[in-house]
Amino acid sequence: MAVRPAAIAVPAGARLQPGAWTVVARFVRKKPLGAAGGALMLVMLVTAVFAERLQTHDPIATNAAYTLGQPNLEHLLGTDHLGRDIYSRIVHGARVSLVVGVASTLMGSVLGGIIGLLSGYIGGKTDLVTQRILDILQGLPLLVLALVMSAALGPSVQNVVIAISIPIIPRAARVIRSSVLSIREMQYVEAARALGVQHLRIAFRHILPNTMGPFIVLCTAQLGSAILVEATLSYLGLGVPEPYPSWGRMLSVSAAEYAQKAPHLVLFPGIAISLAVFSSNLLGDALRDTLDPRLRGS
Amino acid sequence: MKTYVAQRLVIALLTLLGMSVVIFVLLRLAPGDIVDILFSTAGYVSPSEKQAIMKELGMDRPYVVQYLDWLHQIVTGDLGKSYRYDLPAWEVIRPLVPVTLELAALSMIFAVLIGVPTGVVSAVRQDTTLDYALRVFSLAGLSMPAFWLGMVIILGLVSWFAWIPPLTYVSPTTNLKLHAIQFLLPALAVGYRSSALIMRITRSSLLEVMREDYIRTAWAKGQTGRIVIWRHALKNALLPVVTVIGIEFAFLIGGLVVTETVFNLPGVARFLVQAILWRDYPVVQNLVMFTAIVVIVSNLVVDMLYGVLDPRVRYGS
Repeated sequence: MAVRPAAIAVPAGARLQPGAWTVVARFVRKKPLGAAGGALMLVMLVTAVFAERLQTHDPIATNAAYTLGQPNLEHLLGTDHLGRDIYSRIVHGARVSLVVGVASTLMGSVLGGIIGLLSGYIGGKTDLVTQRILDILQGLPLLVLALVMSAALGPSVQNVVIAISIPIIPRAARVIRSSVLSIREMQYVEAARALGVQHLRIAFRHILPNTMGPFIVLCTAQLGSAILVEATLSYLGLGVPEPYPSWGRMLSVSAAEYAQKAPHLVLFPGIAISLAVFSSNLLGDALRDTLDPRLRGS
Repeated sequence: MKTYVAQRLVIALLTLLGMSVVIFVLLRLAPGDIVDILFSTAGYVSPSEKQAIMKELGMDRPYVVQYLDWLHQIVTGDLGKSYRYDLPAWEVIRPLVPVTLELAALSMIFAVLIGVPTGVVSAVRQDTTLDYALRVFSLAGLSMPAFWLGMVIILGLVSWFAWIPPLTYVSPTTNLKLHAIQFLLPALAVGYRSSALIMRITRSSLLEVMREDYIRTAWAKGQTGRIVIWRHALKNALLPVVTVIGIEFAFLIGGLVVTETVFNLPGVARFLVQAILWRDYPVVQNLVMFTAIVVIVSNLVVDMLYGVLDPRVRYGS
């Protein structure tokens, strides 16, 4: 990266780093697929925030006169077996998916991140024991763990968030720990220690900011899988309870029975889930390439 | 090597012990139990009868005793009794095992058959349109819910071929062809999803190997591209892929849980979901424990295998 000649002359405190817009523009040029993913995520966010304005019908109002209706101008994506408008339900489903996905990803990543930070910084026996405990959590397949947890906790939005976030903890802890292990040995950390800075302060003030790259990558990648797990739990009847319209539950077994008469019942919610997960995966991949130079091009 | 294996075995055993605690505690958090569920279908039953059933099922004992009892059962290979079916758990599970094993094996084959070639082509044609297309294809597989993919496959069959896959399990002895179709479709759905990781690892590790000196030597000898890539490069590039298959196994089980449900295959994974909904503790406990054992053993085997396949890897000294 070339340093602009003018920048050398300006007094201290001037910005040497490119502005936010420059960074975004460069990202769009270098990673068009990732940028497309980001744009789709943005669309989903807007949909989730303005669901009430974007809806054409009440998403939970049934209409016995028009069940399994084909898509038309009145019902853009048709109606389900209870006559509920599928378009409006998908719009509101974006909110459920995003809220559950973001909340569980953040909860799991932050908890796991703190565990990884402390475990990596303290090292020694503490690290060894923590890693073994995380092995226990990671040994169980993500979906099986989430299934058992949500069944044990009972159906509610909070419990679904907890059930999805627990399996994320060991994965987040691994990622943060591995970058802490290398940052810990850097000279500036040694300098801070020599100055007598307290351990907790070193860990959170000096090391933590430098793990943000991997952390953001991790969050984007986990967001997709969290949305997918929520959909799967709801599909199996262990996820977000009624009356919240969830994409997964729209596909549940009762909907599948009508699939032959009304394929749109199965197609549209599935496309919504796939697009949401796909875009967050695209964005996550591109961010990983950009923020984590070790993995560049892989 | 021997000390390494011994160490790994001890760690694996400790991990399993930890898992058993986690599983046991998780299931005891449940708000309702099997007695409540049995009663809700039977209408009102007096509290004394409820007590009697609890006692009969051994659920009135302290949790510690129940846990130790369960551990003892696992060690002696006794899987306890299913509350719901009033049968030994193993008798309920045994006929389901071959279905899941067959589906898992077929899915794994599909995952490798899709993942490795696409990964190789993607690496060889790095940064071309074909590379991008294949990467999007594999990422799409990772993004589609396994159950939805299954539903769409069935829907496609019904609307284009006016053919409905058999609704109940067909055993290979009664109709082999129908049995094959019944298994190949869900296996394809699960395998496509699982191929994504294999494709990525194949691609990145092949890209790395292609930069090595011995590959340049092979090119310099005038060897044809096909032989250089498929014989010289892939041989070493596949090593990380083997490790991934261990991780893949855990991922695969998640796919099986929903795919068996969608395709109505009487396998262990579908049964697990039903048992969870019924809070049939012994069955859920044992199945989840069984899953944990499978995952840990497969990781262990893969790690050992890695040492055999790559002579540069040496464990301990």
